[in-house]
Amino acid sequence: MKIIHEFCDICGTCVAVCPVDAITVTEFKVEIDNEICTNCLNCLKVCPAKAIVECE
Amino acid sequence: MMVKDRYDIVVIGAGPAGSVAARYAAENGASVLMLERDRESGIPVRCAEGVSHNGIAPFIDIDKRWIASQIDIAKLTSPNGESALMHNNGVGYVLERRIFDTALCELAAKHGARLITKANALDLIKENNKITGVKYRYMGKTCEVKCNIVIAADGTESRVGRWAGINTTVALRDIDTCVQYTLAGLDIKRDTCEFYFGNEVSPGGYVWIFPKSDSTANVGIGIAGHLSHEKGPKEYLDEFVARRFPDATITYTMYGGVPTAATLKEIVKDNFMIVGDAARQVNPITGGGIVQGMIAGSIAGKVAAEAVKKGTFDAKFLKKYRKEWDKTLGNTQKVMHNMKEKFLFMTDERFNNLVSFCKKIPSDKFSLKSLFTEAVKGDPKLMLDVAKSFVVSKIKLK
Repeated sequence: MKIIHEFCDICGTCVAVCPVDAITVTEFKVEIDNEICTNCLNCLKVCPAKAIVECE
Repeated sequence: MMVKDRYDIVVIGAGPAGSVAARYAAENGASVLMLERDRESGIPVRCAEGVSHNGIAPFIDIDKRWIASQIDIAKLTSPNGESALMHNNGVGYVLERRIFDTALCELAAKHGARLITKANALDLIKENNKITGVKYRYMGKTCEVKCNIVIAADGTESRVGRWAGINTTVALRDIDTCVQYTLAGLDIKRDTCEFYFGNEVSPGGYVWIFPKSDSTANVGIGIAGHLSHEKGPKEYLDEFVARRFPDATITYTMYGGVPTAATLKEIVKDNFMIVGDAARQVNPITGGGIVQGMIAGSIAGKVAAEAVKKGTFDAKFLKKYRKEWDKTLGNTQKVMHNMKEKFLFMTDERFNNLVSFCKKIPSDKFSLKSLFTEAVKGDPKLMLDVAKSFVVSKIKLK
């Protein structure tokens, strides 16, 4: 998965639904570790800012 | 400010749940350090800011500095546009969270707790599988602080619970995906908060208007996570705002998620407790989490201080917090979660009937109990649970 940082509000909603703890949040940035990510798409579905897309 | 390298208790997150936990732990004799990721507690605001007077009064003296408006009336509007007014659910407030959260931190500090802002927790320190402290990032440096108990209060986006081995993942249907605008240039009633329901308006959730003055309000939406598709919360909210407030100016846009689950199965481990949004201690019907978090924080803080006095930090002792929580609000939350499941499948017709029913009750006789009881009509078991939960909450929240 990929974060569009221009859209991301760093709200962390994606972290709550990630079943494998692949997402980290700091004060300034959300990041998804694609090594851990299982492509379940939970984060993409729940993101209120539509800031998450699938990697090409 | 001097920061020691060892405290009895480290609290991660200085929102209402964390700062109340810190305050009660410190008040009862423990040494406490709070770590806050952001530059200030309370910002960025991710909250509709509504609370009841009775909910917060036990924890802090009411102060005009953090009250935007006082709410006396709730107005419910059904999909067909019919409205019902509720008068007698006690006084409510729309807060200024930025000031409120800071006031709670100051209260914790007054009782002896320490706070570091811009301190981002990185991991728990474990020795022989035992939690013995927290590793955090501060001003470009990785620091360590040792302690006997870690209290995780790191919000919806909690990761600390996972580090302790607790499964904190919520199902899509058990989280509301939310957008809120603070709008200016409105002509509204300052004493009335409004709620709009319906599958076209806000599937699996509701739209709220919480006035902050006669001309400004938090106007937001939460929709159930599994019902958010191409048309997400922002699209629904924009439609609502275009209809209701076409000339308003947006002065603040915020996004966020609200857990609408039951409390986590596990909220304690050896040397570890988790409170507030992080523990999913949120009312699944209203999405309210401030008072729930403060109540959980107060219980956890007291139990943690007791543990420090006794020198016993295992899960077996800390479970006292779980027991107290379930008695106070946890069991009620479970019933509310079952009710929320009902709401998820409610047709617009049912919403219309519900509001018509509410209209027939004189507004000063109206209560949440009568609304909820009507809402679960036809499900005797749930009706009984709802009735019981209101008896319990009346005793506990007096």
